Amino acid sequence: MLTFIAKRLLQLIPTLFFVSVIIFSLQQLLPGDPALVMAGEERDPDVLAQIRKQYRLDEPVPVQYLYWVKGVLSGNLGESMRLKEPVLTLVLQKFPVTLQLALMAIVVSLVVGVGAGIISAVRKNTAIDYGVNVVALWGISTPNFWLGIMLIFLFSVHLGWLPASGYVSPFEDFWLSIKTTILPAFVLGNSFAAVLMRHTRSAMLQAMSSDYVRTARAKGLTERVVVLKHAMRNALTPVITLGALELGTLLSGAVLTEQVFSIPGFGKLIVDSVFNRDYAVVQGVTLVTATTYILLNLLADIAYVLVNPRLRS
Amino acid sequence: MATTTAGSAASTATQWASETPAARAWRRLRRRKSAMLGLVIIVLLVAIALLAPLISPYDPAKQSWTLVRKPPNWAHWLGTDESGRDLLSRTIWGARASLMAGVVSISIALSLGVPIGLLAGYRGGFVDALISRITDAMLACPNLILAIALAAFLGPSLTNAMIAIGITATPIFVRLTRGQVLSVKVEDYVEAARAVGNPAWRIAFRHILPNILPSLLVQATLSIASAIIAEASLSFLGLGQQPPAPSWGSMLNTAQRFLTQAPWMAIFPGIAIFLSVLSFNLFGDGLRDALDPKER
Repeated sequence: MLTFIAKRLLQLIPTLFFVSVIIFSLQQLLPGDPALVMAGEERDPDVLAQIRKQYRLDEPVPVQYLYWVKGVLSGNLGESMRLKEPVLTLVLQKFPVTLQLALMAIVVSLVVGVGAGIISAVRKNTAIDYGVNVVALWGISTPNFWLGIMLIFLFSVHLGWLPASGYVSPFEDFWLSIKTTILPAFVLGNSFAAVLMRHTRSAMLQAMSSDYVRTARAKGLTERVVVLKHAMRNALTPVITLGALELGTLLSGAVLTEQVFSIPGFGKLIVDSVFNRDYAVVQGVTLVTATTYILLNLLADIAYVLVNPRLRS
Repeated sequence: MATTTAGSAASTATQWASETPAARAWRRLRRRKSAMLGLVIIVLLVAIALLAPLISPYDPAKQSWTLVRKPPNWAHWLGTDESGRDLLSRTIWGARASLMAGVVSISIALSLGVPIGLLAGYRGGFVDALISRITDAMLACPNLILAIALAAFLGPSLTNAMIAIGITATPIFVRLTRGQVLSVKVEDYVEAARAVGNPAWRIAFRHILPNILPSLLVQATLSIASAIIAEASLSFLGLGQQPPAPSWGSMLNTAQRFLTQAPWMAIFPGIAIFLSVLSFNLFGDGLRDALDPKER
């Protein structure tokens, strides 16, 4: 097991290296003099000189990259031009908000997606199965920002049950926090639930037609025990890995969901930074998001090996 | 009677054996109702986009301060927006931006991803290892976030949004092409082509590419659906189509500000995005089944 983890960690090194190269290269796409673009309206020669010095724009590109990576490795992701704060501080401030939203979305997706997938497989080729498949197709095809707008109209404007926007930390007021994040979490988890449902359905159908399920039935076990104890346990193992591959979609979706519901998380930070030409923040958030995604996939791979005794040896 | 049935089955079998792969795929595709529904919606959307100047009842950019935020009525079937512009006309013209973004960005991804994937899969060794690591790194960056970052550095416009979406979709095609090439390049006909002295580029483009086209076609169709959502997302964030040019995503961005006074502004562009994405998903799913060699 330790060898497996060590091997996977080693594989991360080239991936992280190329991720850093790609994200650093974004800066090279800026048209004209990067210092002028980064300075925006500011044309003060001192400010321009400071930007050139800060980003070492007078040095060759590979040298700029080495300084940037050195900074990143020591926790220095640069400084926000607009907020005059280190990017890492901003990221750490916003991270818990997006994390809470993502975790709630995962819970919603697991309950709805896995639950519906199991029911759909057990009731294969019935009206319930067709209904669940149609809902899954709807979930995959609906843009989450539109769903968010429609749900705000229904639950906030029309019914007045839930707040339309804003965020309250669970440490300030737990129930108000749940009230402000339940709608965004549902919106964010919607397409993830649809994907999980499809994976769970196909894995369950495969498990239900296997020999050990037939044996369990032959022993006289109830259908409930056969489905929940025998089929589901084995079917959910591949769902972990396939689900982890979709986490990137969840992180991307968070950008739009936070924008629709005015939630001050990662997504809102990157969008605000784009419009304020705060390029260091854009690079920093992209780097942290990509690294988080890579680490989550690593954890999913480890979990997959842990829950599958055949792979452990 | 039995003889007639056997005769008819034999004639159908002969007919099937002589049909081209494309005709066989089309025959299988026609049997799938959901795929055909997807195709019909796609054809309708393309027709709407192409005929926009002829079928659009009003100029999509024409403002009228006497018609601000009018609900759907006989003169304006989908109502009007905050500047008194006709929403039906804007939704019709918006189809152009969305479909163009879907097709152009995936064409960019195909034209970059397929040759790179062919090179990685056919050459192998260091070239393959290098390309594969870069592909892994690009796939590790969540698509929309990378597209936002690219669009931010390139500058907000529909063209840059299409380039950004195209670049972020490229690694999927690199990986798919590489995987397909690895399985096809050991086939006898590729060995034979190599044995008679064909150069590598000719083997890759003349002998390998035609055999991996079905998988690429399925992935491209499904990727157009994702690209349409991505363009709408970027336009919604203000990084795609710029006002006053109509786009479904930017229409939803504006609509959000007037949700209490004019909810119709948010309903129709959303339905348009949903239908176009759904149609490509349905058609792509059907195409995958129809082109699957195991499906007989």
